[in-house]
Amino acid sequence: METTTAVKKYTFKDFTSDQEVRWCPGCDDYVILRSMQKALPEMGVKKEDVVFISGIGCSSRFPYYMSTYGMHTIHGRAPGIASGIKLANPNLSVWIMTGDGDSMAIGGNHFIHLLRRNIDLNMVMFNNEIYGLTKGQFSPTSLIGQKTKSSPYGNTQPPFSPGELALGANARFFARIGGNNPKDMAQIFIDAHKFKGTSLVEVLQNCVIFNDGCFDEVTDKEVKEDKQIFLEHGKPMIFGKNRDKGLVLNKLKLEVVTIGENGITQEDILVHNAKEEDKTLHQMLVRLDYPLATGIIRSFADVTLEEREDALTAQVKANSKFKKTDDLFFSGETYEVK
Amino acid sequence: MITTKTILQPEVLEAVVVRFVGDSGDGMQLTGTQFTDTSAMFGNDIATFPNYPSEIRAPQGSLYGVSGFQVHIGSVEVSTPGDNVDLLVAMNPAALKTNLYAVKPGHTIIVDTDSFTKKNLDKAEYKTNPLEDGSLENYRVIQVDMTTMTKEALKDVEGLDNKSITRSKNMFSLGMVYWMYNRSLEHSFDFFNKKFKGKPELIEANTKVLNAGYYFAETLELIPNAYTISPAKMVPGTYRIIGGNTATAWGLLAAAEKSGLELFLGSYPITPATDILHELVKHKHFGVKAFQAEDEIAGVTSAIGAAFAGDLAITTTSGPGLALKGEAIGLAMMVELPLVIINVQRGGPSTGLPTKTEQSDLLQAMYGRNGESPVIVIAASTPANCFNFAYEAARLALEHMTPVILLTDGYIANGSAPWKIRTVAEMPAIKNHKVTEVKENWSPYDRDEKTLARNWPVPGTPGLEHRIGGLEKDRVTGNISYEPQNHEEMTHIRAEKVRLVENNIPELKTEFADSGDLLVIGWGGTYGSLHSAVKQINDEGYNKIGFAHFNYINPMPKNTEEILSKYKKIIVCELNAGQFVSILKTRFSKFEFSQHNKIQGLPFSNDELIQQFKLLV
Repeated sequence: METTTAVKKYTFKDFTSDQEVRWCPGCDDYVILRSMQKALPEMGVKKEDVVFISGIGCSSRFPYYMSTYGMHTIHGRAPGIASGIKLANPNLSVWIMTGDGDSMAIGGNHFIHLLRRNIDLNMVMFNNEIYGLTKGQFSPTSLIGQKTKSSPYGNTQPPFSPGELALGANARFFARIGGNNPKDMAQIFIDAHKFKGTSLVEVLQNCVIFNDGCFDEVTDKEVKEDKQIFLEHGKPMIFGKNRDKGLVLNKLKLEVVTIGENGITQEDILVHNAKEEDKTLHQMLVRLDYPLATGIIRSFADVTLEEREDALTAQVKANSKFKKTDDLFFSGETYEVK
Repeated sequence: MITTKTILQPEVLEAVVVRFVGDSGDGMQLTGTQFTDTSAMFGNDIATFPNYPSEIRAPQGSLYGVSGFQVHIGSVEVSTPGDNVDLLVAMNPAALKTNLYAVKPGHTIIVDTDSFTKKNLDKAEYKTNPLEDGSLENYRVIQVDMTTMTKEALKDVEGLDNKSITRSKNMFSLGMVYWMYNRSLEHSFDFFNKKFKGKPELIEANTKVLNAGYYFAETLELIPNAYTISPAKMVPGTYRIIGGNTATAWGLLAAAEKSGLELFLGSYPITPATDILHELVKHKHFGVKAFQAEDEIAGVTSAIGAAFAGDLAITTTSGPGLALKGEAIGLAMMVELPLVIINVQRGGPSTGLPTKTEQSDLLQAMYGRNGESPVIVIAASTPANCFNFAYEAARLALEHMTPVILLTDGYIANGSAPWKIRTVAEMPAIKNHKVTEVKENWSPYDRDEKTLARNWPVPGTPGLEHRIGGLEKDRVTGNISYEPQNHEEMTHIRAEKVRLVENNIPELKTEFADSGDLLVIGWGGTYGSLHSAVKQINDEGYNKIGFAHFNYINPMPKNTEEILSKYKKIIVCELNAGQFVSILKTRFSKFEFSQHNKIQGLPFSNDELIQQFKLLV
C-alpha cells in the first residue's frame, strides 16, 4: 500500500546503521547489503515504514546493519514474525532476510506456507549451499558428494532446488540473481517491493570461507554471459556473449539453440512471460542447469491474503449489529437477577 | 413404571445434579444446554461440564461412544458441576453402564427401554438386562419406552423422515426433566423457533415431543415433583451462561477495546483450546485479526510480529503446543514485547489425555525455556472468571512489556456458569508504553522507573527506527553486547521487572477462616472443588480451616508469606504430582507443606478432599 504523502529523497546512507558490519571480508553478503541500501531510496517508501526481519545465520545479521526497523529473531521463524507484522500493519514494507538453512531446513514448513498464502511481503534468500555461522556443515542445498564438516566423506542427502520448492508451494514471484551482480540485484529488489504478494529472491551467494567458489562455474565474470540467461518479461530468451544463443521448446523440454544455425532465427526463440499464471514453463526454467536462469522468472499477480481478509472484514462489519463489545456481551440469551 | 417398591416422598433440595447421557448422536449436549439455560433464566446458580468422547462419531451403542452433559443447579451458590448425580438420564445401555457409578444410591435414573435391545446390551457388554436382573434395586429407575412414544407423538406430523423422528427423543427426556423440576417450556420453544427457522416441520416435531415428555411425566404421578429449587441468591444484575473458553475470548476483546489496540491472534488448532480461536474468528466486526498458522510455532511467532507492530497480540494453545512455543516465548521475553500466551491445560505428558483436565503445565509455564527466562504466570479459576484473567493477562503484558502466560484448563474451559456481564467501562484501565516522540539519546531500552518496562516504539513511527533481537543487548543502547557484566545485569533487570508486577496485582485473600489450624491452598481451575469442600467441612463444625486460592503465580501476591504464617498446617491441593507446592517450598522454605495430588484427568471430588483435610485436623 503506497502512501500518498511525499516521500523524502533518500540516499543509501539513510539506510546504513551505525553498527560495524561483521561478515567475513569478501563475502557476497556485503553486495546484498549495499544493493538493498541502494535500492531502498528508489522504492518510494518512507524509511519508518521499512522493516527487516531475520532468523538465524550469517544472513540474519542483516537487520542490524540497516537503519530501519528490524528484528533478529530465532532460527527459521522469520516468516511467522514477518507475517504477523504485515497483517498487523499492512502499510509496512516487510523484508525477510534468510539463508538456505534458515528457510528450507529448520524453517521449511514456514517457508512453504508463506509462499502459499501470498501476503504482500518480500524474502531474500542468501543461498550459499552451506551452513556458515555454525562453521561449515552441509545444508539442504549442498550437493551430493560435497565434503563438509558434517559430511567428511561426502554429502549423501540430495538437495532442494529453492526455485522448484518455491514454485511447488505456489510462489507468485520468484527471482534468482548472482551474488556478484549488484546492479541487477538492486533492480530485482525494487521489482520485488513493487510486486503485490509474496516475492522470493534467491541470491547465489558465495561463502568465501566454507564453500568458496561454489557458483563460480556460472557466476564468474568470464563465463556468466555464456552460462546464465538473464530473463526479462516480454523479451526473447537469448543469452551468450555474442547474444546468439536462445531457448526453444522441443517437445516437453527446453533446448538451447544457436541463432543462425539450422535455420533458427530470432523469431523462433521463446519470449519470456513472467506474468503467466500457468507455471509450467517457469518450472522448466527454474530447473535448467545450462544456461542457469536468473532474473525474474515468475511474477504472477494474484490476490493477496490481506485483500481477501480486508474484503471479508468489510463485509462482516457492514452486516454486523455489533459495534462495541458490550453489544456482543448483552446479545442473545441474557437474564436479570433482581 | 417405577421399579422401587416404596412410595416416593417429594423432596425439597438446595441443589441438584442432573446428567444426560447417550450416544454421541443422541443430542445430549443440546439437551443439557437447554436445561441449563432454562434453569439459569429461572434464577438458579449453575455449573456445567460436558463430557464427550474424543472419537468424533464413535460406533452407535458402544461404551466409548457415550457422550454426556452434567449440570448442577442450585438455590445456593454452586461452585462445581457436582460429584454425584441425583438424576441420570440414560438413553441406552452403554450410557447407563458407564455412568451408573456416579448416581447416589436411592436416586433416580430415567432410561429409554426401547434402546435396551439384545444388540445394544451386547455392545454395552451386559450379560443380562440390568433393568430385569435386579442390579438396579438400589435406585429409582423410571423406565420409559421413549422411542415408541416419540414416534407416537409425531405420527401426524408431515414431512418427517425416520431419522428426524428418532433423533427428537432427547426432547422427550428433556420434557420429563422440565416437569420434574417445575421448569417452564417457553425458553425451549423459543429456541426451536430460532434454530429451525424455515423448517416448520422440525419446529412442530420438537415442540410436540417436548410437550409429550412433559405431559407424560405429569400423567405418571409417580414421579416426584417437589424438587422445587428456588432461585439462588445472586448479586443483582444482568447475567448470561458462559463457557470458559468463550469467556477467555471475550476478556481479550474487552482488553483490546479498553486499551484502544487491535487484537491479533496467532493460533493453531489443539484440544481443548481451539474454541478460543473459533470464538475470536467470528469477531471481524471488531477488527479482530485471527490468523490460523501452519503450526504452533508460527502461531506464536506471528503474534510476536504483531506485538512488534503494535497490536495486542495473543497466542492460544494447550500443553504440547506450549512446549513448541517455548523458544519463541523466550524471544518475546528477551526483546521485551507484550504477548499473551493462553495455555488451556490438558492431561499430559506428550499427547497424554487431550480431552481430560490436569494442572501439569505449571512448571513448564514457569521454566520451560532456555536460559534465565522469567515471565508472568497467572491462572483463571472458574469458567466465568476466565473473562477477568484473560483481560488481566492483556493488562499485565501491556503495562509491563513482557509475555504473560495465562493457564486455564479443560475443566473450566469446557465448563459453563452464570456470568454477571461486565461492561468495558467497568473494567480497569490499561496503560501501554507506546512512544512517538523522538528524544535525544533515545533508546528502545529506556525503561519506566517504577515497572522497568521498556518503551514500545512501533514500526511506522518516524525517527524511532531501531533493531531488536534475541542476542543479548547493551543495557543502555540496546545494541548487541557480549560484555559479561552487562549480561548479568540484564538478566537481573528482566527478573526484577517480573518481580515488580507484585505492585500491580491484588493481595491474596483467605476464605472461611483467616487464621487457624489448617490452610487449604489451591491454584487455577480447582477453585470450585476446593471451595465447596472447605465450605462443607466448615459447615460440619471444623471452623478453623481457611482457604487461599492463587490466581497469581509469578509473581505471587506480596502478602503470601504473611498468610502462610497464620495457620498451623498447610495443605496444597493440585491436579498434578506437586508442581505448585515445589515452588512454594523453594520460596517459603520455613513452612512445612502437606500436599494432596490427583493425576487421573478428573477434578477433585468433595469426599476425597474432606477426607484429606480431616487427616490434618
